[in-house]
Amino acid sequence: MKRKEILTAFVLAVFSIVVLSSFILSVDAPVIKGYHIGSEVADINLLNVDNKMVSFSDFKDAKGFIVIFTCNTCPFAVASEDRINALDAEFKTKGYPVIAINPNDPSVQPDDTFVLMQQKAKEKDFTFPYLYDESHKVYAEFGAAKTPHVYLVQKENGKKIVKYIGAIDDNVRNASSVKERFLANAIYELLAGKEITLKETKAIGCSVKV
Amino acid sequence: MIKVIFAIGMLFFQSCAENRTESFQKENATSSEIKIAKTNSAVRIPTLNYNDLELLLHKKNDTLYIVNFWATWCKPCIKELPVFEKINTDYKSEKVKVLLVSLDFPEQKEKQLIPFIAKRKINSEVVLLDDPDANSWIPKVSTKWSGAIPATLLYNKTDRKFYERSFTYEELEKEIKSILKK
Repeated sequence: MKRKEILTAFVLAVFSIVVLSSFILSVDAPVIKGYHIGSEVADINLLNVDNKMVSFSDFKDAKGFIVIFTCNTCPFAVASEDRINALDAEFKTKGYPVIAINPNDPSVQPDDTFVLMQQKAKEKDFTFPYLYDESHKVYAEFGAAKTPHVYLVQKENGKKIVKYIGAIDDNVRNASSVKERFLANAIYELLAGKEITLKETKAIGCSVKV
Repeated sequence: MIKVIFAIGMLFFQSCAENRTESFQKENATSSEIKIAKTNSAVRIPTLNYNDLELLLHKKNDTLYIVNFWATWCKPCIKELPVFEKINTDYKSEKVKVLLVSLDFPEQKEKQLIPFIAKRKINSEVVLLDDPDANSWIPKVSTKWSGAIPATLLYNKTDRKFYERSFTYEELEKEIKSILKK
C-alpha cells in the first residue's frame, strides 16, 4: 500500500513536471497574424505629428491608402524616406495618399519617441501623416513585422480591402538602382482596373520594437 | 502525499533556477576569458551575393549549421550575438557551427562592420550578404520569413528550421538539442 502511494506520488510529480515544463518551455514564435491579401481593414484613429488624430474616414475622396509602417531609426526606413515622400506626391492626387505609422515602442527603441517623430517629419518635409501607434494595436492588427512594411488598401463597396503587402520596390538600400517599383506598379494596375500581378513581396527590415 | 509532490516540485523549480544562474555565470566568464584581441586588419569578411551564400545554406555533411541574419545597426541582433558566439564555442566538439550573415550596407563594411567584429572579438564565421533584390532571395532562405531581422536558420542534412525571432542561450540550445537528438 505504502509502495503504491509512493508510486502514485511519483507518477503525479512527473506528470506535473511534464505539464508545467510544457508551459515554461513553450517559447516557439507565434504564428504571424494580421491582414492578408483580401482582408478587410478596420479604421484607425492615431495621433499625427501635427498633434491631430487621423482616421481613414477623414479621407472621404481617397480611393485607397498606401499604409507604410516605418520609424525614425531603422536604416532601411531612413533609406526609404525620400521615396515615401515621392510616393505621396505621385499617388495622393491619384487617390492613394500615404499614411505612415510608427509602431515602435520608445521604451525599447529610444529614438522613436513622438517628439523625435515630429522632428523627423519636419526635417524631411513629410507631406503625409506620420502617426504614432502608441498602444501598438494597429501594427498588430495589420500584422506588420518590420519597418518599412507596406500595405496597399483599396476602398471597395464601402470596405477597405488589402490589395498588396510588402516592399516599396526591389532595392531598399539604393533608390537609384531600383529596377522594379512593386508598389507603384500595383497602384497603376488598380487604377487601370486590372488584377495586381505581384501582390506580395519581401524586403529586409528592422523587426518592430515593442 | 501532497507534501511529497510539493517537495519534488520545489526541487524541480530550484534546479531550474540554479541552472540558469550557472549558465549565466558561465556566459560572463567565457566572454571575458577567451580569445586574443583582434585588430581590424586581422578580420576577413567575405562579401557574397545570394548565389554564393546559398551554397553555405545547403551543405550536406555531419555538421549542424546555425545561420543568423543580423546587422550592426539591428539592436536585438547585437543583443543576441553573445548567444551565438557561446553556442559556437560550447558546441564545437558536437559539430555545430555558427555562420553570422551580416546585412549591413556594403559601404559600411570597412568603417562599421569590420571594426565591430574586431572590437567584439567575434570568433564565429562572418560573411556580408550584398544582394539588393531581397524579394528574390528572402523566400529562398525561408518562405516563412517576412524579411525582419534578427532571423535564424538551423539546418543539417536532414533537418531545416527557420525562426524570425530573438534567442536566449537556453532557447537556442533547446532547438539545437531537438535536432541533435534525432
